[in-house]
Parts: sequence; structure tokens; C-alpha cells
Amino acid sequence: MTDIQAPSLSKKDFESDQAVRWCPGCGDYAILAQTQKNMPTFGRKREEFVFVSGIGCSSRFPYYMNTYGFHSIHGRAPAVATGVKIANPDLSVWVVTGDGDGLSIGGNHFMHVLRRNMDINILMFNNRIYGLTKGQYSPTSEQGKKTKASPYGSIDYPLNPPSLALGAQATFVARTIDRWQKHMAEMLERSYNHDGGSCIEIYQNCNIFNDGAYEEYTGAEKFSNVIELKHGEPMVFAQGTKGIKLDGFKPKVVDMEKNSIDDILIHDETDLDLAHIIANWTSHPTLPEPIGVIYCIDKTTYNQDIVNQIESAIKAKGPGNVQDLLNSGDTWVVD
Amino acid sequence: MGKTFKTIDEAVIRFAGDSGDGMQLTGGRFTETTAIVGNDLSTLPDFPAEIRAPAGSLAGVSAFQIKFSSKDIHTPGVNPDVLVAMNPAALKVHQKEIIPGGTLIINTDAFTKKNLKFAGYESNPIEDGSLDDYFTLIPVEMNKMVTAACEGLDLSPKLVGRTKNLFALGILFYMYDRPLDATEAWLKKKFKGKDAIIEANIRALNAGYNYGDTTELFMTRYKVEKANLPSGTYRNMNGNLAASLGLLAASQRSGLKLFYGGYPITPASDILHMLAIWKHFGVQTFQAEDEIAGIASVIGAAFAGKLAVTATSGPGIALKGESLGLGVITELPMVVINVQRGGPSTGLPTKTEQSDLNQALYGRNGEAPMPVIAPATPGDCFYAAYEACRIALKFMTPVMLLSDGYLANGSEPWKIPNVDDLEDIDVKFAHGKNSENDFLPYLRDEDTLSRPWAIPGTPGLEHRLGGIEKAKNTGHVSYDPENHHRMVELRQEKVNRIQHDIPPLEVFGEDHGDMLVLSWGGTYGACRSAVETLNEEGKKVSHVHLRWINPLPKDLGEIIIGFKHILVPEINLGQLLQLIRSEYLVDAQGLNLVRGRPIGASTIVKTVKKTLG
Repeated sequence: MTDIQAPSLSKKDFESDQAVRWCPGCGDYAILAQTQKNMPTFGRKREEFVFVSGIGCSSRFPYYMNTYGFHSIHGRAPAVATGVKIANPDLSVWVVTGDGDGLSIGGNHFMHVLRRNMDINILMFNNRIYGLTKGQYSPTSEQGKKTKASPYGSIDYPLNPPSLALGAQATFVARTIDRWQKHMAEMLERSYNHDGGSCIEIYQNCNIFNDGAYEEYTGAEKFSNVIELKHGEPMVFAQGTKGIKLDGFKPKVVDMEKNSIDDILIHDETDLDLAHIIANWTSHPTLPEPIGVIYCIDKTTYNQDIVNQIESAIKAKGPGNVQDLLNSGDTWVVD
Repeated sequence: MGKTFKTIDEAVIRFAGDSGDGMQLTGGRFTETTAIVGNDLSTLPDFPAEIRAPAGSLAGVSAFQIKFSSKDIHTPGVNPDVLVAMNPAALKVHQKEIIPGGTLIINTDAFTKKNLKFAGYESNPIEDGSLDDYFTLIPVEMNKMVTAACEGLDLSPKLVGRTKNLFALGILFYMYDRPLDATEAWLKKKFKGKDAIIEANIRALNAGYNYGDTTELFMTRYKVEKANLPSGTYRNMNGNLAASLGLLAASQRSGLKLFYGGYPITPASDILHMLAIWKHFGVQTFQAEDEIAGIASVIGAAFAGKLAVTATSGPGIALKGESLGLGVITELPMVVINVQRGGPSTGLPTKTEQSDLNQALYGRNGEAPMPVIAPATPGDCFYAAYEACRIALKFMTPVMLLSDGYLANGSEPWKIPNVDDLEDIDVKFAHGKNSENDFLPYLRDEDTLSRPWAIPGTPGLEHRLGGIEKAKNTGHVSYDPENHHRMVELRQEKVNRIQHDIPPLEVFGEDHGDMLVLSWGGTYGACRSAVETLNEEGKKVSHVHLRWINPLPKDLGEIIIGFKHILVPEINLGQLLQLIRSEYLVDAQGLNLVRGRPIGASTIVKTVKKTLG
């Protein structure tokens, strides 16, 4: 704790001695590898990282990170992480969750940890399926999905994670894809550097129960189907051949050969109205899938406010003395 | 005036009125003054779950009972000597419990046709003579009295009317010869800046006192001498405040800052409220989004090195069950307070019960042993909370503290302890490797079987905890059958070893005899009073009270065999009873009354006599 020099660590320092037990070909491997690669670049001591997870395939993640870790119970990781962060705000706290863990059983905690702007980094692996319980539809599965639990097709409508996060007043909402390694690295770094609650939705392929769910965003046509959001830049995609224009509040895809770049919508990650519009493009039939930082603003964190309140109370009243407190109130003496 | 003083040992009075009549406040003021004059006392607030049930309705009646004495007492009593009834509904609800010949002070101004009808009276009981044969009836026009007393003050009639509870309090202060100054000082502080309100309340209080003095209705006044309490400095103490202070004391003595994560629930919320004020003690309070987040945050804070605590009531414990199992398997120190209330489900939120003992002992999936301690009296909540913290930290385990609504809201004179005299709490975080090459997070202490506490931020001790079974010593995930069996045994054995930290039981009375009254939690007072009475009558009855229920004290088995009969009074259908019967193979009998109220000492006396013949 006394050395001020940034520790020089490598990816290896973040790999635990536990055998990784995801199915071969699972998208989780890519996310783990990228995270282990990114961590040393943050210039922070390894013992200051805490990874907290719930239950599900993704939630085995902490076992494979050679940091402090907590594999908790289904859905509760944001609440456990909240306790860790309040108890010691100097730690870098990460939550690893999935679409079932974070949005179904843990939906309440997901919402409230973001609402409070607790400085916690949430990595939400969204594979749109329940993997660990062997293939039931999840809250992000598309309607009509046939699974063991929905042999005639699921009749649930899916929810949209970035919209939910924005609705919960999150201060950092981003999305990336397991096979977009460079992009993921950038998102992890942005999340780390964001002082406040952050949520990265990571599209992750489950090659056993929902293989190819994101094929259109990772296959040969990916650049036509995905738009990479960049703050302050016009929203163009498909290698610059297409762009997005706003018609009132309605976005539409336009051909760049017929439109001036000046008419194209500029991404502003600090604009909440725009963020809501972008979030709505999720799985949209005519609009590209947005990835990148959808929304990012600065706001005081819960963990900082709790520190501030305690400091100002001590300033106003002096540090508390338990004996004085016991002796206070109406007292009387029996001889 | 020819008025006489009569010295009595003890009295029980009850204030009853509408939820909006300020009965809890009135009772609270009478209690503080009674404490200051040096009586022993015990209180029983009894209020509805509804914040404001329809005015004048039976459901909206709120009451406060206090028993005070020149002797050492243990219960708030059952039947009041004096009932103050502020409206017909209050009379209707409480009339049947006044002792025969007791005094009934009634606010006749509230006995309107409408209110009488609302309370279900066909005729006015003050006028129809139905009360005269049974009680000393003192009808007082309280609204008119306070209106006259407050004449000339710039206050609306409505605000003036609200001071009638202070008028009633004044009458009682006169009857029992108590000073007014503490209440006046309190009013000045409470309503600081609202001079007219202060003045009105003080006038009402004095008017009540003077009314008692000038009318011929109170020819006898009562003196209750100071109780012979052990020497020391005292204050009046209720259970929730005591528990909160106990946590704070444990925080100071352990050198750990207190983290509280919880969700509001009756009757536990006051613990959150109090800890939230104590920010200058470094206390962190987190009002979570639900009960589960409350305990989950506590688990996180415990992992990160805090003295982590949550408090709730039965329904909250039900929601926390899975997380408590996580606390057990990760072997992190934390204290979980259950202020029990009537159940099942929402049950009786504002009433007391002891029906969560089984939930505390068994309410988790798998073999998930958890130490359980229960305070005996409101003031004992301080020591029980402190002890719960000490054991949690020493043995690295969640500990459940089973309080109840009666203890939480009831109060008694409390001798203020010296924090430095409390038992040491020694906390050692792990700082380095504990085996040749490694840090083993589940390598156990030989005596306590506790594992090391290595908190995030400590270099070189990075490790992972979790809810999947742990390999012995390393704490890695393990599905090995033998390892699982061993770990199940180890977790149980660790809790069993807390026995060595439990002091020997105190047997009140002879160590053998015809009957042993065995109690736990809030029934302590009634059982002790009952056994005192029975001993005075020459019965060979003794009393043992359990604070620790898991593990049970090691000397309990030996004590039990010294008695022909065992009686276990509980406010449930026999939860400790079952445990005692199965653990010690004795034909113990239960006394079980589940009415949302404390069991009366007289009921226990009757039951014992019936058994012994």
C-alpha cells in the first residue's frame, strides 16, 4: 500500500490456478481472456480488484481471475458488490452477470445499483438463453424461441438491457460483442475509468444452447449490421456507405452516396434523449445494432456521498464516543 | 383538603386512545418520569399496524401500559389498576382487562353519539350505570378543560384539543405524586421554536395536575417508593435502542467500523433509524432495495472487513434465507437481528411473538447451522447484541439475534455499563501466508475452527469465496463426496464449540425440585415473576433462562434431570419445547399462548399449580 509506483503486472498475474470449465467454443473464453489482458493496463494493484458474480455460466468468472472474488448466489451480485464497495471505496469492484442472473432473478438489484450510481462495473454477458440450467428461454430471448421450456415457442417479450439501464438512471451504458476483441478492450477501459455505476452489455455466443444468436453481428456481414458509436462523430456504418439521419425523433438509415455527412446524426454520449433513441435500435428490423458507449455522464457516486456524509457528521459533531452516548439522555443515580 | 397518601408497592396503569391521541407519547413521558423518580418499571406499548385507522374505530386504538414498583419487577403486568380511556373505542377494547374495582379515567368529551356508535355501544356506558358496580369511574371533560386552560393562546381549537393527552398525564402525575419538570423540559426541547404549542402543552399538563388536586374525585393519592436497584447511573432503555447501542459498543471494542444494510420493516426499523443518526461514529447505513439486498450487502461488507449487521423481522428472515446459507458456507462474520412479530406471512406486524425460533434454527437449505442468541429483557438487548458480534467475529460465522416486538418497544431502567468493562473482542485480519507456500482461506484455528479473515486490498492473499462447496483448507470448489461430508461436519462442530464461550446457566431457586420453568427470550420476566411468587408460596419450583439456543449451554442437560417436571412457556406452539424434548429426551410440557402479547406471570403460576396439584 505504500509504494506509489504503478505495479507492473501481466495477463498471467490475473490468471488463477483453477481450470476453466466452460464448454469449448463458449464466448465466455474471449471475455475472460480480454479482461485478464486489460487489467494489467489499468496500473492498479491486483489486490485492489474484486470480482463478484451471481449464478450462471458467466458467474464462474471470478474463480478464474487471480484477484479477490466472490461467487455469490443467483441474482444478488450487485447487492454483494454494493456492500464491498461501501465498506471499502478504494477497491475496484466488478460484477459479472448474465441475462438470466442480472435481468430476471436479479433485475431489482441491477436496477437499483445503477440508480444509486454505485461505482461498480457490471459486465452483463447476454447470450439470450439459460445455459447452466441447460437451455430455457431467458428474459432477453426473442419471442417465439423454442426451448425445452417453450416447445411451442416462448410467448414472453424480451426486454432491452440498455433501455432498462437508462431507465434506471445509469450513468454509463455500453455494449460490445464477444468476438469484437479490440472493441471490448476499449469498453472495459472506458468502464474502468468511469467514476460511477457502469453497465456493459456483452453479446456472447452460447454455442451449445443458442449458437449463432449474434451471427449477423459477428459473421461476414457484421459491418452492415452493426454501428460502432463514437462520441462526437457522425453515425455512419457499413464501411461508410450508410448513415443514420433523424427525422424528428425517428431515426432512419440513409445511403451516404445520396446524403451529405453534415446531415448525419452526431453521437453525443452525454445526451440522455439520444441515448434512449439509440437503445431502442436493439434487434430493430431496419436499424443497425448499436455498440459502443451509448451514454456516459458524470454524477456523484453513492459510495462517495456516504463518505462525505460521515466526514461532515464528524466535522459537525466530533468523532462519536460510545460511553458518552450511553451516558446521554435522562439519567439518574442510585447510590 | 383531607386528601391522604397511601403507600403501595406497585401499580399498573394503561393509557388508551385513538391512534392520533398521542398515547405512546403520553406513556413514554410517564415512563421517563417514573424512571427518574427511581421506581423499577416495565412497559408494554401496544399499537395498531395502521398508521391512522379511521378515527374512533376499534382498529385504531393505541395503548401503552406501564407497571412500576418499589421492588424488583420483571413484567409490565397484565391487568391495569388504572385505565385512561380517551374515547369509547379505547374503553370498549380495554375495559374487560381492568382489575375489578380499578379506576377508570374517561374523556367524556369524546363520548359523542357518533363515537359511541362507532365503538359498538348502544347506550353511553358512562351514563347507563353499566360501569359503576365494577370500577371507580372518573369522567372528565378533557377537551373543555384544555380549551379553558389554553384560552388566549394563538392556536386553533384543533391544536388545543391535541393537548388533552398532556391533561390526562397531569392527572396521573398527581395521582402517583410525580414531578412535572422533566416533561416540561422535554416539551420545550421537542417543540423548540413553537412557543404557543409548548405553552399549550405545559398549561394542559398543569391543568390536569391541578384538576386532580382541586376536585374531590381523587381523595387518595399513591406513593410508590424508590426501588432498591443496584447502585449506578441509570437511564430508561428500550430493546431496539439497546441493541443498536450494543452494536456500536462492539464496533468500538473490535476496532471495526459498523456497516448496516437493511430494509424497513416493523418492528425492526428503529434500529436502522438510530444507526443512521450515528454517522459521526463512522457507521455506514445502507437502506437496500429489498430484504435480500440488505443481507447480500452485509455479506459483501463482511468480506471487505466491516462489522456487518442487518435487522429485520420474520418475513424478512424468510427472504434472507438463501443469503444466510451463503453467509454460513463462506464463513464470514455478521449479525442478523430478527425482531420477531406475529406470523405467519404478514401476521400481526406490531404485536409480539416467539414463533421464529424454528426459522432461526432451521430456516435454510442444507445443513446450515447458525448460532442463535436471544435477549431476555429490553436492556439485555445491549449485551446480547454485543455478544452476538463478539461470537460472530471470534468464530467467523453469521449469528442470529432473536429479539421480539415486546422487547424492542418495551422499556426498563437500565444501569449504564462501562464500555471498557465489556469482554474483549479481538479481531485479527490475515496479513500473510498461513502455510508453506500459500494462503489457505479455509485453514482453521485449532480451538475455534474459525478460518482466517483476509480482506480485499491485502496483497498476496487474493482468494475466491462462494456458495459452492469448498475444499478443506484451500477453499477451492470441490464436489468430492468425502470432502463435502467433512465440511458439513466442520461447520456444525464450529457452532458446537461456541458452547465453550457460554457461561454456566444460572438456576434461580434450588438446583432440584418439583418443577423447572425453562424460558428463552422475552418470556424471561413473566417466568421469573411467576417463580418468585411460587417460591413465596413454598413451591419447589426453579427457573432457568436460556440466552443461547444454538448451541444449547453444555450444563442444561444436567440441570434438567434435577426436576420432576419441566415447563416451557413460549409465545408459539412449542418450538423450544420440541428442541428440549428431542435433545434431552425428557417429557417437558409447554405453556403456549399465541395472542400477540406477552404471557402473564399469573398464567404461568396457575399452570404450575395445576401440574403440581
